[in-house]
Amino acid sequence: MTTEKTTEPLWWALFSVVGVAAENKVPIHIILVGFALPLGWITDTGALYRYGWVKVYLFVLIVLPLYHWAHRFYFALNDMGLKPMNKTLAVLCYGGAIIGTAVTAWILLKV
Amino acid sequence: MTGIRPDPSKLYNRKMPATWWLQKKSYFLFMLRELSSVFIALFLLVYLYQIYQLTQGPEAYAAFTRRLSSPGWIFFNLIAFLFAVYHSVTWFQSTAVVLPVRLGERLVPRQIVTALHIGFWIVVSLGVLILFLALKD
Repeated sequence: MTTEKTTEPLWWALFSVVGVAAENKVPIHIILVGFALPLGWITDTGALYRYGWVKVYLFVLIVLPLYHWAHRFYFALNDMGLKPMNKTLAVLCYGGAIIGTAVTAWILLKV
Repeated sequence: MTGIRPDPSKLYNRKMPATWWLQKKSYFLFMLRELSSVFIALFLLVYLYQIYQLTQGPEAYAAFTRRLSSPGWIFFNLIAFLFAVYHSVTWFQSTAVVLPVRLGERLVPRQIVTALHIGFWIVVSLGVLILFLALKD
């Protein structure tokens, strides 16, 4: 049996980092942005987004789950029978996450 | 970190029907958890778009926030919220399995480890809430 080394374990380990650093904070942000602000429970001016450390926090909050999405969605589509086109899917998923990273950085710097 | 993988050409690949995940409840819940990442990412893109509105001026920001109050967006956010909570709760349940906690000789029961993690998660979420309220204006 020939063997080949893979970096796969490293990529899966990144999942734990993403989960702890970003995804577990998503529910409270949905309560704030998805319900509290639109339904008028609270009001805001957006002044929050001008703090440098808030930008760094939001960059982590938004970008890490994009890669998580790319990895998960890619494998879920493969598992659902789209394996024959996995090259195209990889470009769409991971490419989308990379473009998302650039757009997020650009918007947060511009605000 | 590296792993070892056998030569793919010598592996037997069993054909799986595309609907395998509908055949058993646990498979279905697994696939729901995989799909939670889609809703989390969609919500974050909407949030990013809302922040982008600030570059178009305070009126654009306020207008977009008002637009999010339509029933369609509230429904979307409700679905995204349920998926995000499901993702976090199952995360803490699996953490309790992967990283068992010992007190001396005895294993702390999984349910207690999960409950402690969920308690910590609620405290962190309240921290985010307080910071948001303190800095928003």
